[in-house]
Amino acid sequence: MNRQHLDAELRLIKDGLLAMAGMAEEMIKLTMKSYAERSDQLAESVLTMDKSLDDMEIKLDHACIDLLALQSPMASDLRFVTSVIKILPEIERIGDHCVNIARRASILNHMQPILPAGLLEGLASETSSMMRSSVEAFVASDADLAREVIIDDDKVDEIYNHCYRELLRQMMSDPLCIERASHLIIVIKNWERIADMATNIAEEVLFIIEGKSAKHQHLYKKPTS
Amino acid sequence: MSTAPHVEKIFAQRALVSDEFPLTDTTVRIAPILIRTKSLNLFYGEKQALFDINIGFPKNTVTALIGPSGCGKSTLLRCLNRMNDLIDGVRVEGKVLLGDQDLYAPGVDVIGLRKHMGMVFQKSNPFPKSIFENVAYGLRIQGIRDRLVIQEAVERSLQGAGLWDEVKDRLSESGLGLSGGQQQRLCIARALAIQPEVVLMDEPCSALDPIATAKIEELIFELKEKFTIIIVTHNMQQAARVSDFTGFFWLGKMIERDLTERIFTNPKQQLTEDYITGRFG
Repeated sequence: MNRQHLDAELRLIKDGLLAMAGMAEEMIKLTMKSYAERSDQLAESVLTMDKSLDDMEIKLDHACIDLLALQSPMASDLRFVTSVIKILPEIERIGDHCVNIARRASILNHMQPILPAGLLEGLASETSSMMRSSVEAFVASDADLAREVIIDDDKVDEIYNHCYRELLRQMMSDPLCIERASHLIIVIKNWERIADMATNIAEEVLFIIEGKSAKHQHLYKKPTS
Repeated sequence: MSTAPHVEKIFAQRALVSDEFPLTDTTVRIAPILIRTKSLNLFYGEKQALFDINIGFPKNTVTALIGPSGCGKSTLLRCLNRMNDLIDGVRVEGKVLLGDQDLYAPGVDVIGLRKHMGMVFQKSNPFPKSIFENVAYGLRIQGIRDRLVIQEAVERSLQGAGLWDEVKDRLSESGLGLSGGQQQRLCIARALAIQPEVVLMDEPCSALDPIATAKIEELIFELKEKFTIIIVTHNMQQAARVSDFTGFFWLGKMIERDLTERIFTNPKQQLTEDYITGRFG
């Protein structure tokens, strides 16, 4: 017995997902660059790319549902397809968050920076690295790398909290900062959400590889005596 | 954490056979084992067809036996009611225990034993008799003569097989005049009439269309309330739909047996994975 047709369709879905993830990574890079270079044009290109990402999500979603209906995948194939169905909206939402950040770029680019140098870049770069690793873990079926991504989310949360406290401090000390800080709070929240989504992708990768849910592990921790 | 009670019930059932408590023949916690094999080997002459099979079938559950043709699943099914005795040159070693009774112990009343086991075959095989007499047949050969008892049993069995409403006005017509799906349900009613503990089904839907198949599958759900069901099927979707447990057989060996949802989402053995994903051989 062989399942050449099924294998070909699974490959198409995997390639499609990778193309979509690649585009999301590119959007993250451009978003970061639009801040680093204070470029409205780069921010605008992120908005354009988002439409392609949405289109890819719909097509791949249909392909997965068709495959479930027509090929009845089982075991690792079933885990792969069901997880892809869950990963697709995560990537699509990452695109949306990039758009949210890029929209603020065209406002913040015309204002004086208020966050200490490197802080926002650190948050973005750590998030971008998590996204890259989660995709690499998917490609290489690397459970260890997926676990690292999940752990790294704490680092991003820490930087996010640091940024948030700094913005709050500045708003309290100088009301003229409030407008810029409000925009930046939205920006850092969006970066932090992208990291959450990279974590969700890593959890799905672990499910594909190991067949066990890696979600909400705190619910299943045994109490220490 | 509070969840709806019916959801809790489902989770509780699954937790009984969790990773912490792996499913083995001695640790099935869902229900007591009704029938089990112990180190069961079967030979057709010199050729060994079953190798050291140890499998338990919990009461009021459905177990599906899957595997490629010739893997021994139907042979195992026939061991459970000693139908292999009818084949020349068959030798069985090991035990089949129904409760505490070894079905292969010397002096076992094989006919009496088969009263505990109803069997349904791939091809429906009603007798060339009326619908009523098809169902009453098992009772009559048991020596039951009381008309009322027989009438009640026929109605109960046809009800149990989901056929009563369709045939109640034509019980005296020939069973052979029914459609394929109805004939198979008539055979199920015939198997139920003797009030067995176990119902063995050997590819019961393979000759039926999807509607008739769906009716039998729904019936299997209902029947497990009262009976323990063991079904051999080539249709993996059917195994996934109807069974609580699935055993995968290959070249006469039981490669893996586990909760059905686990077999079809995350089997432990590579052979099982290869078979159910269709990448076998």
